[in-house]
Amino acid sequence: MTATVTADPTRAAEAWRGFAGTRWQERIDVRDFIQANYTPYEGGAAFLAGPTERTLAVWRKVSSLFPEERRKGILDVDPGTPSTITSHRPGYIDRDRELIVGLQTDAPLRRAIMPNGGLRMVQNGLEAYGYRADPFVSRVFGTYRKTHNDGVFDAYTPEMRAARKAGIITGLPDAYGRGRIIGDYRRVALYGTDRLIAAKRAERALLDARPSTADVIRDREELAEQIRALGELTRMAATYHCDVSRPATNAHEAVQWLYMGFLAAVKEQNGAAMSLGRTSTFLDVYLQRDLDEGAVDESRAQELVDDFVIKLRIVRFLRTPEYDALFSGDPTWVTESIGGIGEDGRPLVTRTSFRYLQTLYNLGPAPEPNLTVLWSPRLPAGFKDFCARVSIDTSALQYESDELLRPRTGDDTAIACCVSAMAVGRQMQFFGARVNLAKALLYAINGGRDEMTGEQVAPAMPALTGEYLDYDELTAAYDRMLDWLAATYVNALNVIHYMHDKYAYERLEMALHDHPVHRFMACGIAGLSVAADSLSAVRYGRVKVIRDATGLAVDYETEGDWPAYGNNDDRADALAAELVDSFMAKVRRHPAHRDAEHTQSVLTITSNVVYGKHTGNTPDGRRAGAPFAPGANPMNGRDRHGVAAAALSVAKLPYEHARDGISLTTTITPEGLGHHPDERAGNLVGILDAYTASGGFHMNVNVLDRATLEDAMQHPEKYPELTIRVSGYAVNFVRLTREQQLDVISRTFHGAL
Amino acid sequence: MDTGRIHSWDLSTGVDGPGTRFVLFVSGCPLRCLYCANPDTWHMRDGREATVDEVMAEIEKYRGFITAAGGGVTVTGGEPLLQSDFTGAVLRRCKKAGLHTALDTSGFLGARATDELLADTDLVLLDIKSFDVATYRKLTGGDLAPTLNFATRLDRLGVRMWIRYVLVPGWTDDPEAIDGLAKFLAGLGSVDRVDVLPFHRLGAPKYEALGIPFPLRDTRSPAPELVRRVQEQFRAQGLTAV
Repeated sequence: MTATVTADPTRAAEAWRGFAGTRWQERIDVRDFIQANYTPYEGGAAFLAGPTERTLAVWRKVSSLFPEERRKGILDVDPGTPSTITSHRPGYIDRDRELIVGLQTDAPLRRAIMPNGGLRMVQNGLEAYGYRADPFVSRVFGTYRKTHNDGVFDAYTPEMRAARKAGIITGLPDAYGRGRIIGDYRRVALYGTDRLIAAKRAERALLDARPSTADVIRDREELAEQIRALGELTRMAATYHCDVSRPATNAHEAVQWLYMGFLAAVKEQNGAAMSLGRTSTFLDVYLQRDLDEGAVDESRAQELVDDFVIKLRIVRFLRTPEYDALFSGDPTWVTESIGGIGEDGRPLVTRTSFRYLQTLYNLGPAPEPNLTVLWSPRLPAGFKDFCARVSIDTSALQYESDELLRPRTGDDTAIACCVSAMAVGRQMQFFGARVNLAKALLYAINGGRDEMTGEQVAPAMPALTGEYLDYDELTAAYDRMLDWLAATYVNALNVIHYMHDKYAYERLEMALHDHPVHRFMACGIAGLSVAADSLSAVRYGRVKVIRDATGLAVDYETEGDWPAYGNNDDRADALAAELVDSFMAKVRRHPAHRDAEHTQSVLTITSNVVYGKHTGNTPDGRRAGAPFAPGANPMNGRDRHGVAAAALSVAKLPYEHARDGISLTTTITPEGLGHHPDERAGNLVGILDAYTASGGFHMNVNVLDRATLEDAMQHPEKYPELTIRVSGYAVNFVRLTREQQLDVISRTFHGAL
Repeated sequence: MDTGRIHSWDLSTGVDGPGTRFVLFVSGCPLRCLYCANPDTWHMRDGREATVDEVMAEIEKYRGFITAAGGGVTVTGGEPLLQSDFTGAVLRRCKKAGLHTALDTSGFLGARATDELLADTDLVLLDIKSFDVATYRKLTGGDLAPTLNFATRLDRLGVRMWIRYVLVPGWTDDPEAIDGLAKFLAGLGSVDRVDVLPFHRLGAPKYEALGIPFPLRDTRSPAPELVRRVQEQFRAQGLTAV
């Protein structure tokens, strides 16, 4: 339900001059505005402009700070001021040159603290980088103001704590911001905050007549907080001399207003992923109007986009080194979704879709913003070709199937984080990290005892005792173990999100959503290929169990020629697909916080290395501590028939039962895409078309030589910009830990021999 | 023939013909090229028996993918014309199924390719190892003439060709021989392009595994300048060289 509010007619008349459509004027509906006003672009990349001197000067100034930041871990932090939307005075990179202004604190790369998530995380983060925790902050958040983290641990059960400690449920957002909520920042530009506040008041008024039950009281309080946050956004923007209370009147203001909305969000929340949404085609309407009015030329249009992207590249949060080791480098997942096809069949590709990609040339490759192309075989040929060329040149793009997204979440879908789809401004999710399916299989064999510590973590069940693993016995035990795991997992997530709503509510991001909002409970699984291959080894080969003196199964001897997941062999691929299917069914049995719709992802981000470290020997022959394959990838080296066969195996996983996304990371050598550079883009387009047509959901594309990566390990100073895709996002290769670098290199390179 | 001996199959992009392709490696080869990257495909006896139906069932799993990717099926080896009946049957079935077909061959056994087989072949990837008779013999153990005859025949039949020329320093970089080859190819209207493939030693571990000495163990890959020079020699005759 979206409330109708009349706009101030004089302000709207100037801001909306020349815009078509009426529905979006009567209510908050950005999609309707886009559909009524955008100009699809079917041509090629020839129109694009390079960087201006001004852009390069600003970029040089801020990027000259990166080496010191990389060396020290963080450049600077303000330890004494808990961040709010209005907590810091305005900051600038280069005040005279910047077109788009606004920083998280009063200086570029100076980080802020956000103790609402958890005080210890802040204290550890500060101490790790040589700063002292501020005594006043510690007193306030240690004595007077409870945090999300405190709340969660008040309500966790002993079983949840044990599962978390053992790493069978892992990466839970119980000490940090959950993120993955995309505010519809476009609303700030299109409507201005006065209008948004009026609409929120109207939404709240609709609750007045409802009985004051716990749910209704919470909704009223949240809407009151949303309204307050919009007011703070208006005041924060005013310190930068931007009056966002009114709609943007031109492209420069539209970019600036939209960014102010996003900036307010990253000032308020240290979410694991702070994604941007789907903004390029929205902004194109303004840029196109300015171009038509003669107010800007192509060079200026590109400058605005470049300057905006510079800001997105320097979003920073204070986190601990352990957190960074888990997620590789300092990710913020400022994910922007580009392209796709509209419900009416017109491509949602505009010139500004090209301009966003062009930033990778104008500013050089970078992991953020996380540029995500919503791919369809029906995209215009010129755009497809440009995407493929950008991928080959920068390895900085990821692709998700618009053909799977559009029928489910519509043509105004954006990706949060890596692969999580939501209709912008209408849907949100409770991020749920993931469970370790490979470890769960070992628990099934060991009757709930941990294979590394011997401790009883899951409830005691009969351990398997045969000399060889029996497939039927194993699957029955695994099924029981997964029942327990799903129950413990969903209930732990309910605790986490109850407390996050209560103590670290995303006021501003939720102010940029409709009320009521559709919620997803985004569960996840890791270790899928290890689990599937282990089951395959037991079913089609023979697996002997080696036990220690206490009867704990600690190793396996695997014999025979069994099919591995990743070779387009139905025998093994079906085992993986069934696991996805059955675990989702188990998850759905447990009611989710605030009636959220259950989903799950097959995604590990880069934590496949850490999960592997915490998992013992597995029946597929993987050694204890060895990394898992990332996301839904086949295990390293077991996919023997090239990228297409591996991709088709992954495409068999049912998206219907993994609606939070299925991630595939591929690394192809340039030669592996064609002998001649000119034919490589066309061949990559062919692979993406074919993967999408086969039902594949997500693909990271790295086009790299093994030798380049090995050289970058030896001489990181030569490769400050080397960007590679891992699971659902991109990282600077030189910022990975050595272990992660070796893992990336040992992953199958799909190159022709 | 309904059965053949195959080494393996693979999916590759951009190296065995246009687009992403299903590549069938059949076993057995009459030549022993010094730089061979696939010594594990030399002997038919080392392959496994497979029926045409089995091969087609495997290809069928990829039909949607390779079609959407603008690819097809390539039969290579070994030398696919050593088992010309089997190879012909696979090509025919693929052609009937509407797939783009390619045959990767040295042409040494070109006489075994029937006109019917060639009618089912959309593209021949023809490896010409050298244009110097003596070098060809030293390099491959066989004669050059059958390959040139085959090229001429393909041209007469109008079968499209991509020529593959492996550039091995000290063996196939002689400018005169390359000029001779370029002039010969320039006279064939159905040659669409010439791929100059730099020699690599990526097959060396296979020799080690098989316990066979790798004759070019100490030969280096050609320098980029040399590759460019050779490409230019082909281009000078009006050919498309990549």
